[in-house]
Amino acid sequence: MISIQNDDFDPAAEYAGLRDSGAGTGAIATFTGLVRDHGDREGVEGLYLEHYPGMTEQVIAELIEEASRRWDVRKARVIHRVGRLALQEQIVFVGICSAHRSDAFAACEYIMDALKTSAPFWKKELSESGEHWVEQKDTDLARTDSWDD
Amino acid sequence: MTNDTITIRFFARLREELDTEQLTFPAAPGLTAGDILSELAQRSGPWAQLDGDQPVMIAINQTMSKATAPVQPGDEVAFFPPVTGG
Repeated sequence: MISIQNDDFDPAAEYAGLRDSGAGTGAIATFTGLVRDHGDREGVEGLYLEHYPGMTEQVIAELIEEASRRWDVRKARVIHRVGRLALQEQIVFVGICSAHRSDAFAACEYIMDALKTSAPFWKKELSESGEHWVEQKDTDLARTDSWDD
Repeated sequence: MTNDTITIRFFARLREELDTEQLTFPAAPGLTAGDILSELAQRSGPWAQLDGDQPVMIAINQTMSKATAPVQPGDEVAFFPPVTGG
């Protein structure tokens, strides 16, 4: 299930939802991303996130399908926030139910890596010195590419 | 949107710098997404960057596409900078 939303989310409630989903789970891996105080520049005071409604959900659904082809994925949950976010706020959540630990870890990391380089989200850093659209990182592209090595 | 036009959308830095969120473009036989970019880049000011060094990503009907991809009347073509979510 995929949610693109302005509102915050509760990782504990998301975990409980995955655990209680009846998906035959033996392992749950979750990842939560937060707004940090540095990115392309120092002194970041917050972020503004924009996305392409419709395409975003479609791309993430395809990533979940691809992860399900590669690993045992019983259930997947992806939340990504958009709009204005302050430091330490939660941006993104990925939760994966699997029969096995290694599949849960791998699927969770793959979806997170691929999401960063293929889902149409854009981050703008907000600081005292002004606003700055974040540039795509070669390291992020390399991480996504490494799944196909 | 009529049947003989294409909807063009811009996102993030491009949307801001071009000061344009959406426009309509006349459809023509054999038109590609790259042709649209080249034609828009002829406009003055910030539009020149569409044909510049900065990478521009292309989505046709919300699917990532190449500049050589053909565009049909009624299509939605989006241009945007490389994505930076997560």
